[in-house]
Amino acid sequence: MPSGELAAKTIHELRDLISRGSISAAEILDDVLSRIEQFNGALNAYLAVDRGRIRRQLEGAAAPSGRLSGIPVTVKDNICITGEETSCASRILAGFRPPYDATVIERLRREGALLIPRANMDEFAFGSSTENSAFGPTRNPWSPDRVPGGSSGGSAAAVAGNLAIAALGSDTGGSIRQPAAFCGVVGLKPTYGRVSRYGLVAFASSLDQIGPITKDVTDAAILLSVIAGHDERDSTSAPKEVPDYAAQLREPVKGLRVGVPKVLEGSDTVVQQAVRAAAEQLRTLGCVLIEELELPNIARSVETYYVIATAEASSNLARYDGVQYGFRATTGSRPPPTAKNELTEMYVRTRTEGFGAEAKRRILLGTYVLSQGYYDAYYLKGMKVRTLIKQDFDQALARCDVILMPTAPTPAFRIGEKLDDPLQMYLSDIYTISANLAGAPALSIPCGFSKEGLPIGLQLLAAPFREDLLLRVAYAYEQATEWHRRRPA
Amino acid sequence: MSVISPDVVKQVALLARLRLEGPALAQLAAQLDEILQYVQRLQAVQTDRVEPTSHVLPLSNVLRKDEPRPSLNQQAVVELAPATQPPFVAVPKVLETS
Repeated sequence: MPSGELAAKTIHELRDLISRGSISAAEILDDVLSRIEQFNGALNAYLAVDRGRIRRQLEGAAAPSGRLSGIPVTVKDNICITGEETSCASRILAGFRPPYDATVIERLRREGALLIPRANMDEFAFGSSTENSAFGPTRNPWSPDRVPGGSSGGSAAAVAGNLAIAALGSDTGGSIRQPAAFCGVVGLKPTYGRVSRYGLVAFASSLDQIGPITKDVTDAAILLSVIAGHDERDSTSAPKEVPDYAAQLREPVKGLRVGVPKVLEGSDTVVQQAVRAAAEQLRTLGCVLIEELELPNIARSVETYYVIATAEASSNLARYDGVQYGFRATTGSRPPPTAKNELTEMYVRTRTEGFGAEAKRRILLGTYVLSQGYYDAYYLKGMKVRTLIKQDFDQALARCDVILMPTAPTPAFRIGEKLDDPLQMYLSDIYTISANLAGAPALSIPCGFSKEGLPIGLQLLAAPFREDLLLRVAYAYEQATEWHRRRPA
Repeated sequence: MSVISPDVVKQVALLARLRLEGPALAQLAAQLDEILQYVQRLQAVQTDRVEPTSHVLPLSNVLRKDEPRPSLNQQAVVELAPATQPPFVAVPKVLETS
């Protein structure tokens, strides 16, 4: 087969070819690795690719009957793999090699997947563009002067550019869905508690979820079926059965109620038009549109999120102090007058040198909103508004089966465009954040292109643990459209 | 009117074990002020009878069985530290010498 042809395929296509004996796992892996060698210099989707270590997995006892047998899966740099460097694209964790596998990694291995660490990301998943990586930005395969979105920008760019078959990302406020939209691929944030967070480096523990980034809806269903499920090592994982999502994709969507919220205003015209056209397409497929759906508090989701997420982040990031793992700054011979002692000075230098600008911003914001005197006004207030946002969703989802809206207000923006304006960067998450606050599952699927040829994402949301509905509706839409077949040149 | 001054930012930074000085402090203080101004919009939301949500799932007091099981290898964990004196993690001295 010509070079790059296998790397361009989906999980389900490759599974068919493997089961017919037409190709081997080694051929797939080598094709993906040669794509990476050829194009990663320009894209920077991967931070490091250790060919030898990756190929060594072929020698292991692969599970020949596994659901992912012989399929390479790319992993975001914040998911722990035994012995593989896991840095969260931060200097402060550079060189950290976890002594254990995340639960999702165990599950991938059990099904015979071959792991390809480690996809670039915004440092500690703080960002919407992958420009906050300490190791250089990832570029959008559709246009190298554009961002791939973030924070799972490396994962999404790798899948879109055929430098990966499928990938895992993590989503705290849109970090799977927004890069999937910017790169023209499918991204799914599962219900909070659907997938174990054990071994995911924590950003905001009440919002984080791991999920798939794939070339089509079928692959998202396959990957979710593998990684979902209860895990006693994550006390927030839900003790609920996992359906075979892929087997249910073809269930009819006729009669399903699709809610279209008023919030469509505020996004680019081209995005509004694409999302409106997608709603009409679903109506053609037999869905019933519920127009002007009320979600009154969703407009407060960005400010709620940046209180809750930064509060949790500042607490989670307190552990990076140069003692137990990662980077430690060398201190001078004697402590300066501001430090209490050499140890405190080591903490301060390590954190000041180890964290990038956005990590510092969020740590400071989080420390401030949690501090005495401001806690009630910010953090407690944020948690109360979160209740209102969740209630909005509960009420809206009593009237419809899925909610439809844009994934992002614009197509991919230019590299550097929002880097010095953190508030504008935060506002690019306006449509994705509410699903995390409500704990609801949400999916992004390609639904059109801008005049410049940049992909546009359609977001679907459903009630907690109704990923099956999201995937069914997305699958029906995908079968009726051709957007997902387009690939960057 | 600004919500947060550079002095307060510097104080918060110290609490978070970060050092900020000069132009970096001024720039960050201005950015945090803009973000906090935006966040102030929360105050307009009526929340008098609303309970806070810290967690979305109806799970509480999740416990595992209290039985011994293997944990991570101690040596492997200590080796992750940037400075060690096996079997210990090494840190700069805390006590003053006079």
